[in-house]
Amino acid sequence: MKHRLWSLIRKEFIQIVRDPRTLALTFVMPIMQLLLLGFAATNDVKNVSLAVWDQDQSVASRELLDAYRNANYFRLDQYVDSEATLQQAIDSGAARAAIIIPPDYGTSLARNQSAQVAFIIDGSDPTVAGTALSAATLIGQAYGTTLRSQRLTAASAVNPLQPPVEVRTQVWYNPNLESAYYMIPALIGLIIQMLTTILTATSLVRERERGTMEQLIVTPIRPWELVVGKLAPYVVISFLLTVEVLVAGVSIFGVPIVGSVPLLLLLVGLFLISTLGIGLFISTIANTQQEAMLSAFFLMLPSIFLSGFFFPIAAMPTALQWISYLVPLRYFLIIVRGIVLKGVGIHALWSEVLALTLFAIVIMGFAALRLRKRLD
Amino acid sequence: MKAVGPVIVAEHLTKRFGDFTAVDDVSFDVYPGEIVGYLGPNGSGKTTTIRMLLGLLQPTAGAARVLGYDSLTEAEALRPHVGYMSQKFALYEELTVRENLAFYGGVYGLNGTMLRRRIESVLELIHLASLAGERAGALAGGWRQRLALAIAILHEPSLLILDEPTSGVDPLARRLFWDLIYDLAEQGKTVLISTHYMDEAEHCTRLGIMYHARLLAMGSPSQLKATRLPGPTWQITVGALLPALDYLKALSGVVDVGLLGNELHAVTCDDRHTATSLAAALHSAGFRDATVVGSAPTLEDVFKLQVAAEQARGEGR
Repeated sequence: MKHRLWSLIRKEFIQIVRDPRTLALTFVMPIMQLLLLGFAATNDVKNVSLAVWDQDQSVASRELLDAYRNANYFRLDQYVDSEATLQQAIDSGAARAAIIIPPDYGTSLARNQSAQVAFIIDGSDPTVAGTALSAATLIGQAYGTTLRSQRLTAASAVNPLQPPVEVRTQVWYNPNLESAYYMIPALIGLIIQMLTTILTATSLVRERERGTMEQLIVTPIRPWELVVGKLAPYVVISFLLTVEVLVAGVSIFGVPIVGSVPLLLLLVGLFLISTLGIGLFISTIANTQQEAMLSAFFLMLPSIFLSGFFFPIAAMPTALQWISYLVPLRYFLIIVRGIVLKGVGIHALWSEVLALTLFAIVIMGFAALRLRKRLD
Repeated sequence: MKAVGPVIVAEHLTKRFGDFTAVDDVSFDVYPGEIVGYLGPNGSGKTTTIRMLLGLLQPTAGAARVLGYDSLTEAEALRPHVGYMSQKFALYEELTVRENLAFYGGVYGLNGTMLRRRIESVLELIHLASLAGERAGALAGGWRQRLALAIAILHEPSLLILDEPTSGVDPLARRLFWDLIYDLAEQGKTVLISTHYMDEAEHCTRLGIMYHARLLAMGSPSQLKATRLPGPTWQITVGALLPALDYLKALSGVVDVGLLGNELHAVTCDDRHTATSLAAALHSAGFRDATVVGSAPTLEDVFKLQVAAEQARGEGR
């Protein structure tokens, strides 16, 4: 028994090593995705290009513009002098937002009257527009408050205005709201699911395509030995990938790992049973490697979108929220983000652990039912 | 191993895939030390029969016992005692010859010195020792075939089941392969080998003829020739080969005529013709140079006539 299993594992490793291109892809892909997600797919909106039409050109208008410039949300890099050029800047996408300061801005303020400023936002990208809108409003309000308190201070020389309620916000765990911190731990789950399902499904289907499965079936090898022997190498690879993503996340993006790495690896193991089970199940259905690959992709997209990888599950329609309970990645993302970003222990994650365990048992059961040592 | 007596007992084996009947009521026995050929064209049900014997497919009806084990319910117990070579030589192309052997040996539970000794022994037997370090994917067809055989005999099975092991292999390699089969039979192994080559069928101790899912006949080549032909066979030398062929086809009492090199080969029924009567008929038809001598029947005669009879039977239904 020991020899049968060991022979199979060794053979599988030799095959993996003799296909260096696939092996290289396996280990390069996480780094590539890490860089893409960390740098490109960021939700942080900064440096929104702002077109400025300052019709006033006064000290007051320049102070207002400085307030926007200093907040870091906007890049004041386009100065226009007509409605037409402003329109063109927004239409062409050169500017995502525009501020129009009317000619009487400075004089209105000097007369202690209320001055109006127009802010135009390109709403075609809702993510950018939403952030720009709230940033524009907040900066404007803050500046308005400052102005008012200056005026009152000047008038009475005492008692600067205090707002009646002051909300002091404090962000825990990821104080700078860096989206990379949020995405990179989740990437571990995504990579593991993608690679393990595709690699295990295709490696089993390849045996069938080449006729070696028929030869394996006539040997005394037991079905469970076949499964364990075929899957073991991918378990090892998956743990290596986990460590790779963690190390790269820390060294490139400075992701702080707050929680326990051994606990994380343990739960990666649990998650692996689910994803390997999915791969195994696909292999019992697919007849060709191409079919196996497509089936794995077919399951991949719902996993990405319904797991809370990009979009919060709470914001989805109720029906999709229910479906998301069937996605194992959903539970793993809560686990991995919880451990890495919040440093929570098993006591805060037991319901996710339970759900994953249940999923693992069900999918392995299904795969085992379909995997028999026969051809018909 | 459980049994003495027949190594393989197939009883009314039948396999249907939907409406298609791949194997129809096939029964036969194989005895220890025999080389039994399973002859038939592609798609006649040879592979399906073999897969049922190995417990890879569940028969729709009938049953098989191999080495005393029920093929279906005791397949696991049977497996260590059978060596199998499938049509696609099941090799791992990324692995070297030696690694392939080590893998399959390990899967059969061999290890350590025992495994190494067996590997060296089969490498020597099949003359592959010099290529032991080559990747299996880089081997030529004949070598791949021999490596597949080496894998089948590595764990010293008493029964070898070989499914069209010589298809797609050049004639010289086929010749060498049969030499190996004889060596193995001499060592006491029983061999069931399927083929669609008539000349290979002559090498077998006994032979089954499969056609359209049915086992038409089974026996030793000489037995089949003696009992399965309706009458004597003749060799006819004549100048105008093709006109003479057409004439003989139409001649009463002639069951089958074919070209055999520069001559004609004819099968007649019962005692309707002698060499003299055939020659006289040809002469009177204008083939003045025709000479007729008695000839040895071939397995091809047997095969053609069995198939023709089966077709007639099918049409009669």
